[in-house]
Amino acid sequence: MQVEESKEFKPTIVAFCCNWCSYAGADLAGSSRISYPADVKIVRVPCSCRVNPLFILRAFERGADGVILCGCHPGDCHYSTGNYYARRRMTMLFSMLDYMGIERERTRVEWVSAAEGAKFAATMKDFIETVTKLGENRKLRDLRCKE
Amino acid sequence: MQKIGVFVCWCGSNIAATVDVKAVAESAYDIPGVVYATNYQYMCSENGQSLIKNAVKEYGLTGIVVASCSPRMHEATFRKTAQAAGLNPYMVEIANIREQCSWVHKDMDTATAKAKVLLRTAVSKLTLDQPLTAGTSPVTKRALVIGGGIAGIQTALDIADAGYKVDIVEKKPTIGGKMAQLDKTFPTLDCAACILTPKMVDVSANENINIYSYSEVESVSGFVGNFDVKIRRKARYVKEDLCTGCGSCMAKCPSKKALNEFNMGLNTRTAIYIPFAQAIPNVAVIDPQSCIKLKTGKCGLCQKICEAKAIDYEQKDEIIEEKYGAIVAATGYNPIKLDKFGELGYDLYPDVITSLEYERLMNAAGPTKGHVLRPSDGKEPKRIIFVQCVGSRGQSCRDKSYCSKICCMYTAKHAMMTKDHYPDTDVKVFYIDVRTPGKNFDEFYRRAVEEYGVEYIKGQVGKIYEEDGQLKVQGSDLLANKQLTLDADLVVLAVAIEPDETARKVATMLTASMDTNDFFTEAHAKLRPVESPTAGVFLSGVCQGPKDVPETVSQASAAAAKVIGLLSKDELTGNPCVAHADPLLCNGCSQCANVCPYGAITYVEEEVRGVGVREVRRFARVNEAVCQGCGACTVTCPSGAMDLKGFTNRQIMAEVDAICK
Amino acid sequence: MAENYKEITSEILRISGANPTKCMQCGKCSGTCPAYSAMEYHPHQFAYLIRSGNVEELLKSDASLYCLSCFACSERCPRGVQPAKLIEAVRLQILREQDGDAIKPEDIPCLLDENLPQQALVSAFRKYRK
Repeated sequence: MQVEESKEFKPTIVAFCCNWCSYAGADLAGSSRISYPADVKIVRVPCSCRVNPLFILRAFERGADGVILCGCHPGDCHYSTGNYYARRRMTMLFSMLDYMGIERERTRVEWVSAAEGAKFAATMKDFIETVTKLGENRKLRDLRCKE
Repeated sequence: MQKIGVFVCWCGSNIAATVDVKAVAESAYDIPGVVYATNYQYMCSENGQSLIKNAVKEYGLTGIVVASCSPRMHEATFRKTAQAAGLNPYMVEIANIREQCSWVHKDMDTATAKAKVLLRTAVSKLTLDQPLTAGTSPVTKRALVIGGGIAGIQTALDIADAGYKVDIVEKKPTIGGKMAQLDKTFPTLDCAACILTPKMVDVSANENINIYSYSEVESVSGFVGNFDVKIRRKARYVKEDLCTGCGSCMAKCPSKKALNEFNMGLNTRTAIYIPFAQAIPNVAVIDPQSCIKLKTGKCGLCQKICEAKAIDYEQKDEIIEEKYGAIVAATGYNPIKLDKFGELGYDLYPDVITSLEYERLMNAAGPTKGHVLRPSDGKEPKRIIFVQCVGSRGQSCRDKSYCSKICCMYTAKHAMMTKDHYPDTDVKVFYIDVRTPGKNFDEFYRRAVEEYGVEYIKGQVGKIYEEDGQLKVQGSDLLANKQLTLDADLVVLAVAIEPDETARKVATMLTASMDTNDFFTEAHAKLRPVESPTAGVFLSGVCQGPKDVPETVSQASAAAAKVIGLLSKDELTGNPCVAHADPLLCNGCSQCANVCPYGAITYVEEEVRGVGVREVRRFARVNEAVCQGCGACTVTCPSGAMDLKGFTNRQIMAEVDAICK
Repeated sequence: MAENYKEITSEILRISGANPTKCMQCGKCSGTCPAYSAMEYHPHQFAYLIRSGNVEELLKSDASLYCLSCFACSERCPRGVQPAKLIEAVRLQILREQDGDAIKPEDIPCLLDENLPQQALVSAFRKYRK
């Protein structure tokens, strides 16, 4: 029984959330007590445009199974245009990841506003399910990073 | 090496019920750099804060991690605590184990495990924290209020009273907004005009207030304390400084068929017009859609008659630029359109009207001089039926999901006033719930029922139709378990309200966030209800959510107080988490300057010194007062010279590493 | 007995695909219903009684048979409850329960024809189960 339990795959998921919309949306999911699986951990960034593609590669190197980037809805960016930069950069990065053999489904960009707590939870639930189905990501993992 | 202290908060049972706080605190000792870890019931309390301060002194801590609620909640509190303990306030990191852990996970083991990871992540980030000092920027002591309804008026008056300059931008030719159209106000039945127009006069007489009527905000740039705003003054074809508001042009104008917006289209007006008698500014405006001169080039009667020589058919839109320290959004609301509510027959039958139209019918300055006469034949209606919740509280595509809040009370007011003026009129109200949370509100509604004999029917109207020229209303009477078909002479629909259609555009310009209904989002639903999350932008009135007049006025004054607090400062302490370019790494490519939304990056040619380097180079320099810290430049920089203080590349990588460990 | 109706209620909900908890009892459905006077129970009562699990009376009544399936209630419901689908589900449930005890389970074996394809038997059970 215990052996079976330990076999159950729990993905490691990194979520980059912009401080103004998505992080606040995640907080709202919390204060509204809308639960979602604990596999996702949030990194707070000032804006989605702060997320360097290198951070995402780094996450995969270190053993993340999925990375999601959340920002304000187009047109609503606190810094006017940050999410547009993020969108362009991620489009480039994702096609490169695809080329490298990382499944498209392991990466995602979502727009979550500060008022969309329910959407945040639903998005995370859905993303975690998708990644869980894909299973562990070994493609980019750098074994030297693991102790 | 840093000496880090870890403080795990229980938040009463909010965290402690689902996270084993003791285990989380103990786990901290396994993280390199942590020299002290503890847990306490309420870290944000006086006792909790002194616990932190004492630990900083006792253990010589160089930085602290508080595992508690969201940093959006108490980061500022703990920064102050750190500062009081002699630490740099930016040597503080928060692990969000409440909103993003204990409140969303139910299982103790899972939540505790996640809390440990979140704590580890925060400590990893703190290890790389550098002490930061915030720069300062000056404050332009002038406020902009967008919208000249009762919300904008009250905000402007309060700010002006404190001695600061205020500009009101109103898109209509006059200030006054919706309240100017109302007849009476609940629950005291004050005449709306009698209490509003003196305020409008105060606004125009106040030396500190400047009204840009018939104008719209064109663009906004800058940041708190230093907004640059372009305002479009639409051509009104009348020189505002010359027009005396005598009205002789209106008497002579031959184009008389334009619908009168102020009377909700219940009667007509001339092409050159003053919206209503007490308009501020009391200046005429020409509606180019109906002016014969502007459409065909022939006429020009108003120019001939105008003694003040104020008419100018050549007038063009004008753009003015102004600097502001604070901006208040007071963009207000409109009743929703009823084109999707075919079953109610609003577009088919003239005697089915909205409450705002009824308001004009009851108003002594309205199209019927205050006599309630039906639009179809001008007769006095003997049977009036009111329908509540039209378009409110629904989930279909044509409905608004929220309660519009004001309809129950104004419908009670309409019903009561109708019975008061015409006691023999039969007045019925179809309702779902009567919501009267407010001072003297329920008493008011009960008076309508008990003293005036208004008949309230619990149920909704299914359809309104005409049979042999008679308007029929079919609806349920849920309490009698009957379906009713009633004859009516006039039907008044209490229509849902929605944010003004310009609100979305204004929010985008202000980079202020909105909810899915296009209401402005407040910085915190309970604790910062009149501020937008965008610094320097404040919210007043219905643009933030449905409100009645007293609530709007109190929120307007609250917004003014916040603006005054901001303008009273000579300089603002900025955000020290700004971008910084390393001159040694910068190759002077200008990519960062291209992506910066604030124009904060300039290039300088100066001597650069480093190990083995001493030469004059061209490199990027960030204006720290202007930089808002979005980080767009850091990602663009090909040489990795640009980094963001407080969110450095190394710090974010360390967080990623800690999560993936 | 209550347990029994709990099952039937969830079956009705499953058939209808509608969600009566969304109902705010505004009465718009009944206000709009052209068959109102013919029905013993009215559209809003269907939503209320199904939500509270009191479907016994609905199943005994012929109210659901008088529904014209004009969908005016579903069309106009501000909260998307779809009373027409609930009524239809009750009607289906009544039809499925008719002649419920025509065959006793213990009588089945001797009635079975050996040449009867098993698949037909299974699908018949699926079709005529309660």
